[in-house]
Amino acid sequence: MIRDQETLNTLLDTISRFVRERLVPREQEVAENDRIPQDIVDEMKDLGLFGLSIPEEYGGLGLTMEEEVLVALELGQTSPAFRSIMGTNNGIGSQGIIMDGTEEQKAHYLPRMATGELIGSFALTEPDVGSDAGSVKTTAIRDGDEYVINGTKRYITNAPYAGVFTLMARTDPSQKGASGVSAFLVDADTPGITLGKPDKKMGQAGSHTCDVIFEDARVPASALIGGQEGQGFKTAMKVLDRGRLHISAVCTGVAERLIDEALRFATERKQFGKHLAEHQLIQAMLADSKAEAFAGRSMVLEAARKKDAGERVSTEASCCKLFCAEMVGRVADRAVQIHGGAGYISEYPVERFYRDVRLFRLYEGTSQIQQIVIARNMAKELME
Amino acid sequence: MKILVPVKRVVDYNVKVRVKADGSGVETANVKMSMNPFDEIAVEEAVRLKEKGVAEEVVVVSMGVSQCQETIRTALAMGGDRGILVETDDELEPLAVAKMLKGLAEKESPDMVILGKQAIDDDANQTGQMFAALMGWGQGTFASEVDIQDGSIQVTREIDGGAETVKLKLPAVVTTDLRLNEPRYAKLPNIMKAKKKQLDTLSPADLGVDTTPRLKTVKVAEPPKRQGGIKVADVAELVDKLKNEAKVI
Repeated sequence: MIRDQETLNTLLDTISRFVRERLVPREQEVAENDRIPQDIVDEMKDLGLFGLSIPEEYGGLGLTMEEEVLVALELGQTSPAFRSIMGTNNGIGSQGIIMDGTEEQKAHYLPRMATGELIGSFALTEPDVGSDAGSVKTTAIRDGDEYVINGTKRYITNAPYAGVFTLMARTDPSQKGASGVSAFLVDADTPGITLGKPDKKMGQAGSHTCDVIFEDARVPASALIGGQEGQGFKTAMKVLDRGRLHISAVCTGVAERLIDEALRFATERKQFGKHLAEHQLIQAMLADSKAEAFAGRSMVLEAARKKDAGERVSTEASCCKLFCAEMVGRVADRAVQIHGGAGYISEYPVERFYRDVRLFRLYEGTSQIQQIVIARNMAKELME
Repeated sequence: MKILVPVKRVVDYNVKVRVKADGSGVETANVKMSMNPFDEIAVEEAVRLKEKGVAEEVVVVSMGVSQCQETIRTALAMGGDRGILVETDDELEPLAVAKMLKGLAEKESPDMVILGKQAIDDDANQTGQMFAALMGWGQGTFASEVDIQDGSIQVTREIDGGAETVKLKLPAVVTTDLRLNEPRYAKLPNIMKAKKKQLDTLSPADLGVDTTPRLKTVKVAEPPKRQGGIKVADVAELVDKLKNEAKVI
């Protein structure tokens, strides 16, 4: 749903210009230094990019899903690391509070998240818990007016910068499954929390993940999201559901950027006396990429409109995440292929993007998890 | 003080402009449009003056098709207070724009009108000067520095081979050059709020202006394709060619 086309046009224009003029020229620097320059982070905060999906009454933009994916398509036109720094505040780091938080929790955290003053991080994955999200081992045991947290969380995006974690921990150790898991808001400066060394990753340099270790970390009972135990897994699944459309749009945006890079190269470089783009085998790769990116854009927008109309889009969101994440992998592979040897050289952005996009098939639900969700929903619908 | 900022909606500076097949103009259908970059500098300067407490109100005006509203909203998101659109589908020439600005200036009585030195579409570089003449106001064109003093304004102008500083009595007209400032990106929450700011629409007739074109466009053509260069054997040959063939030295 687009609330006001004119306002949205101005918003998208501004973001696309910011991406083109401020972010794209700094991509190489971010990759080399493994760091987003502070002036860029400050500009992003100042612009309001940390509060895209936070409701207007808490100082954010309160974008509808369709508006948000249109913004994500623009943000996808540059290194995913830039989006990552604000990605948790707009997605998994804030949505738990927005969806299931109490009024006090919202008022306490959201305004500072919308400005970027406070970075939110989502702590679900553990050394032994990945796709099997219901088997969380970290515990939060009630002790009077407090909970005592013990356990280790792994690959936590933006943990080195986080001011608050949306933490999934088991409040009822007698319950082995998902129903024993609760969601907490844990301030990063809580005694008993230590951070591991930043992980060395394949790509997306500038975006950081690390372990978060809890040793007898005590939080007040009011830190429980929504004030209810046993709801954590449901919160986590809702949060991940919404993020899927956003990530799908980012994948599509990156695919469009890759096509642009490949096309430019193909119209400049000559082999056998003519431009690459005039060779039919190159044309086939360009055309396949274009058609697939168009399919991605179309399905993401369609699913977003359905979500805004209040329909259930769990199946559609997983279809989008599955298709778009795999699609951008194929597009990146072709972009490297079109570049030939140059595509293997870091001087060209496609080499970097090729490594960056590999993550999309893994995080916020692997492609295989999306397949399971889709097929399970299909069977369920037939039974209903 | 009150500042009036005229802004023009033009083909975006990133768009590769194409000439219409019949040579009557350039293609504007389905082409991305945005605010003339020089006008953006004017809006920025006006907003900075407001932030410094020198100006109380920044009124943004545009003339043309109804989509110019979007351009005005962008300026309001940057910090303008309210907008006025003079809506017309007619093609507007600098003199007609200057006359309408005169009508608006008489209605609004601004202390300063600041606008781009030219628009990147027709590069006419006339509107500010014509408007100043119609009003009988002083003009500081191609400004790279603007300094408001008590009842007057000091403008540093970019001229051939250097800078010239002029002092003008208010009210006055300033046209902006590139180095005056670097315009900000409108903050996203302010873009959402700009919708709620006042935007009035007038017609050229309301200002008593006849916008009938006085000029006739004879032909619009692509620039000639660049010819390949040649190699010269030595400096002597280069000098010879520059002197006798190119006749540039």
